[in-house]
Amino acid sequence: MKVLPLLACLLTGALLVYGTLDMPAVGDPKAPAHLHVAPFYIESSYQDTRTPNIVTAVLADYRSFDTLGEVSVIFVAGMAVIMLLTPRRQP
Amino acid sequence: MIEKRDTVIVCLACRFLAPFIMLCGLYIVAHGHYFPGGGFQGGVIIAVSFILLILGEGSARVKNLLPEHRQVVLISLGALIFVGIGFLPMIFGGKFLDYGQIPLLSLAAPYVRYFMILFVEIAIAITVMGVLYAIFVHTIAEREYD
Repeated sequence: MKVLPLLACLLTGALLVYGTLDMPAVGDPKAPAHLHVAPFYIESSYQDTRTPNIVTAVLADYRSFDTLGEVSVIFVAGMAVIMLLTPRRQP
Repeated sequence: MIEKRDTVIVCLACRFLAPFIMLCGLYIVAHGHYFPGGGFQGGVIIAVSFILLILGEGSARVKNLLPEHRQVVLISLGALIFVGIGFLPMIFGGKFLDYGQIPLLSLAAPYVRYFMILFVEIAIAITVMGVLYAIFVHTIAEREYD
């Protein structure tokens, strides 16, 4: 009875490998991910923010709403740890 | 007081290294505009300098560096600075988090964005540092080294 799960695993793996054949090559400048907003960031991030590091400009300016979400996740995690792990006083 | 389990070398090495690690973290926070780095990474490294002190000296002596109410204040302060910088352009008629609208010292909009990115990174660093320190201190709180 171990044959059927093995077949299912192999079939799924083969499908996944077949799916990767359509992926663009690594570093391909014509890949769809590099054609959407990346040229805009590369061209105009220095003019917009005077920040040579494009990653910082995207993280803290263009996509700062995303960063605000990350900071609030970390904030909630810290508050939860402080609330849950603080020893309670016995009444 | 030196007990049998304390090692002077480890204690002094941690005490020697901690300020340099903290300086490295501050440098990474402040230099995020020009090199890889920024608030998250720098905040982690600043928190690591405190954690190294606790590991070297034992938690009983160092825990008072940052008591619990100060940790809460620190974590909240970072998030609050970020949200405050986000709301600041709305006062002057811009959109949320659109730093260019802030009339900071009558600078041009790109330079205002430059400085606001720096402040946002500092806010992120404060929050990350406080959270990592709080998680570490609360995880070891009930267990002394023995």
